[in-house]
Amino acid sequence: MAKQDGSSIQLKMLVMAAALVTVATAAPAWGSLGGDAASVQADQIQLQGTRTLKAAGSYTVHEIQAANGTVVREYVSAAGKVFAIAWHGPWIPDMRQLLGSYFDQYAQANQAQRGARMRRAPILINQPGLVVQVGGHPRAFAGTAYVPEMLPSGVSAENIQ
Amino acid sequence: MTAFRKLLIAVTGLACSFSLGCGGGSSSKTNVITQSGSNVAPIVVNAGPANSYANGAFASVTVCVPGTSTCQTIDGVLVDTGSSGLRIVSSALTTVALPQQKASDGNPVAECLQFLGSYTWGPVQTADVQIAGEKASAMPIQVLSDTDFTAPNACSNGLPSANTVANLGANGILGIGNAAQDCGDSSGCGLYYECASTGSCTTTGEAVAQQVVNPVALFTTDNNGVIVELPAVSGSEATVNGSLVFGIGTQSNNGLSGATVYTIDPTFSFNVEYNGTTYGGSFIDSGSNGYFFLDSSIVPALLDCSSTSGASGFYCPTSTQNLSATNKGINGASGTVNFSIANAETLFNNLNATAFSQLGGPSIISGSGPAYFDWGLPFFYGHNVYVSIEGTTAPGGTTPYWAY
Repeated sequence: MAKQDGSSIQLKMLVMAAALVTVATAAPAWGSLGGDAASVQADQIQLQGTRTLKAAGSYTVHEIQAANGTVVREYVSAAGKVFAIAWHGPWIPDMRQLLGSYFDQYAQANQAQRGARMRRAPILINQPGLVVQVGGHPRAFAGTAYVPEMLPSGVSAENIQ
Repeated sequence: MTAFRKLLIAVTGLACSFSLGCGGGSSSKTNVITQSGSNVAPIVVNAGPANSYANGAFASVTVCVPGTSTCQTIDGVLVDTGSSGLRIVSSALTTVALPQQKASDGNPVAECLQFLGSYTWGPVQTADVQIAGEKASAMPIQVLSDTDFTAPNACSNGLPSANTVANLGANGILGIGNAAQDCGDSSGCGLYYECASTGSCTTTGEAVAQQVVNPVALFTTDNNGVIVELPAVSGSEATVNGSLVFGIGTQSNNGLSGATVYTIDPTFSFNVEYNGTTYGGSFIDSGSNGYFFLDSSIVPALLDCSSTSGASGFYCPTSTQNLSATNKGINGASGTVNFSIANAETLFNNLNATAFSQLGGPSIISGSGPAYFDWGLPFFYGHNVYVSIEGTTAPGGTTPYWAY
């Protein structure tokens, strides 16, 4: 694929050097969505990934490139909280890891999603306190999760990608 | 765009000008369903073995203990061009006991596959598989079971299990998509587990030849893909009969017949242009039970059904919407598809109906592999859809591709 070009490999190597420094620093907190910036490191370690940072106005995007091709973007507010996550990759990532304390709400919503007819369709959870979307097919899944109440002012769902 | 890519498109365009089917617009001709041949299996759209399905196509599959005539034919197996590999619910395997696949250390191998909204889990076992006159020998399949081994948390991943007939809505899944194996590299993709005698299962690498495999890829003949053939459905119908034809251009009954080839990328996706927006990561999938796409521009025409209704997750427009979208292959082929979306709650009120040509629902808002267009089973009504397998040779284009 076009994504695997030389420049991205170089970038990866640079990022890897940076990541080594980061990993050595703090004891990571468990769980990401709603967690503090340190929990991003936990995700990075669990995903065996490399990480890049991008500032975007009122928040910072931490992009983790996992060894298996999954890309996870974690959105950290100025207050240092992860308010949103977006990801895409060949398989669905570890949602327990990414959703942290919101995982149980996600799992319960999935159990409740069964309708009158058997359905094989995107996951669309839109609840007070949690929005999760998961779609795609084997080898090309994608998803987002965010806590509406935590979105910095001026940031909307469309910014999370 | 690179100069090379421009050249590719120019060359493709040139090739198209000599081919009748290429770049064709929407088609109103009636598709012909192949009725006979050793490479033809009947399929049926009905409520399925759990009496619960909307837009599910089912086939019969015969599995045998390898090298023996101890066999069982299992019907109600979902025809899924969106995945690869044969998966059978253990409770449906009543008269055959298949050998367990073992890792090099002798521990049994299990597999986890996460779909949208559910996961399948259970041991990898080996079977001779027969569908119509086609045979695959000593093929790894997944046997779906909650009890043979306990699914690790990483497998369930917040999803309900689809390891029973009631939860799957089928006796199994016949994954006959573009992939030859469900993973395709020796990492095991995180799908494969080794289970110790203590009962705990941990992820493991898995040789490609040991992986759960698209049965068609292991057939001795007609092994480069399939054609899913279902007649047009006017509105909603109780039962629809069609054919699953094995091989593309390998027999007198499975030629392209003027179908347009849309080549796809390594993630089995192409582009769909809808309402002025191009949706990358789009796909054709018989295992999806509707058209799934996002339409923000004509809201509230395409209202989501109430989350408390039995049609939650589908569209409930106040009146049927006539829409169109354009498929664009990686090879530059392009064609417009007309389709309609009706109110799913109204559709489902017809309790006898199982085939719904106007069923659709929202896909996701996501960047990076953003909102996509999923042509589910309704697309197959009235189109003979060719699904070629990666790494094979098939007429009309570079595999993998879809054609119709």
